[in-house]
Amino acid sequence: MDVLIPSPLHSYTGRRRVDAAGATLADVLADLDRQFPGIRFRMIDEQDRMRVHVRFFVNGAQTFDLSSPLRPTDEVAIVQALSGG
Amino acid sequence: MAVAPKKTAVRATAGRVADVAPRTRAQPSPRRRPGVLLLVATRKGAWLFHGDARRQTWRCDGPHFLGNIIHHLVLDPRDGRTLLAAAKTGHLGPTVFRSTDGGRNWKEAARPPAFARAPGGEPGRAVDHTFWLTPGHQSEPGVWYAGTSPQALFRSVDGGVSWDLFFDLQTDPQYRKWLGTAQDGTPDGPKLHSILVDPRNPAHLYFGMSGGGVHETIDGGRTWQPLVAGLEVVEGLDASNLAFHDPHCVQLCPSLPDRLYQQNHCGIYRIDRPSDTWERIGTRMPKRVGDIGFPMVVHPRDADTAWVFPMDGSSVWPRTCVGGIPAVYATRNGGRTWQRSAAGLPQRDAWWTVKRQAMAADGSDPVGLYFGTTGGDLWASRDEGREWTCIARNLPEIYAVETGRPA
Repeated sequence: MDVLIPSPLHSYTGRRRVDAAGATLADVLADLDRQFPGIRFRMIDEQDRMRVHVRFFVNGAQTFDLSSPLRPTDEVAIVQALSGG
Repeated sequence: MAVAPKKTAVRATAGRVADVAPRTRAQPSPRRRPGVLLLVATRKGAWLFHGDARRQTWRCDGPHFLGNIIHHLVLDPRDGRTLLAAAKTGHLGPTVFRSTDGGRNWKEAARPPAFARAPGGEPGRAVDHTFWLTPGHQSEPGVWYAGTSPQALFRSVDGGVSWDLFFDLQTDPQYRKWLGTAQDGTPDGPKLHSILVDPRNPAHLYFGMSGGGVHETIDGGRTWQPLVAGLEVVEGLDASNLAFHDPHCVQLCPSLPDRLYQQNHCGIYRIDRPSDTWERIGTRMPKRVGDIGFPMVVHPRDADTAWVFPMDGSSVWPRTCVGGIPAVYATRNGGRTWQRSAAGLPQRDAWWTVKRQAMAADGSDPVGLYFGTTGGDLWASRDEGREWTCIARNLPEIYAVETGRPA
């Protein structure tokens, strides 16, 4: 599926859109880490929590659940949280 | 992450600020005496300043990792080529970058410092940032130590590629009690810092915790003991509770490893092992200046000489130069007396300060001293602090300054 990558992570992917596979958001992030080693830890901490200022959207709807089921046609957007500065 | 840093040169001019200018001088040939490398970590990236052997001309190499928060940048003295940088950004989690060619190319650690996953149902801890990096003993190439926030001590045995928890303070019942709560730390999180390796014995280590005191192991980290006797705590608090001890920076004298100096939240101290009691030597500082500050720098060859950069620790702790007038203070007799050193520094209206990692000495003779300010200026002295020159200005807030001898 199509994954939108925020600019702070372009140093890993080299581009703003990449293709990743998985039945859940956790699977997709694992696939991203296989393709781009180290990228997952910048977004997800060692306790499998989303980092405070990173946000995940599936088809435009924000999700906080890494086990959210995904379909191959879904679009995942990873964005930096807007926090007023 | 690859970076194409800009390279410019500055010529240090005593007593005034030297602007960064286009490079005008060829690089020293390999036959010349090696120069000094300054490693500058800032809130918005890292810079390398290559000085010639006389420390008169500085070539600026940077920014590296522009926009990243770099808490510490250290050159491995065992090979003169390997650099480690502790990095994070405002949004992304922490990591460590490595260069094995003096900063031309960088590669991220395969496994940065991180806690173990907590058992099901427990909240678990996550590293917010790696704060301190220390190369291991000369006899242990590839060994590095890292101090983090939340406070923990990590170790790498492969040159910083992968990191493991070395001493789990949080699961040791006694240490967990001493660590206190998150509120016992500094505003941006309590930090484990000042990781010191005894040059005579790789199994003999010290570290400091901004909330938890100074600690020592003599068995390679299997057991640790507090080393806080003689240290004062904030008035009204119980000094027997280690959670109230706040070492800011601890340094071991390379020429006399049984001597340590410490800039603490509550003064300047010295200890001479095997004594286990610190002596407050900052009481001999001028009363109007006081002995509060963050950095502590020791002379590489003379254990009686050390330098501090006092700050205003009154009332709400402004953490600025005292009275807006910056000055370094030096002792040449182990803390019996202190001399002010401010020639070349601003005479007034300088409301910045120097953080705990942002002051360093080189190994030259006479010793070169350097400090970076929260206002983004980088100052240097080629004569052990007698005269100061600004060698770079308008950098981001400087978090750390280290020196090195590149291979």
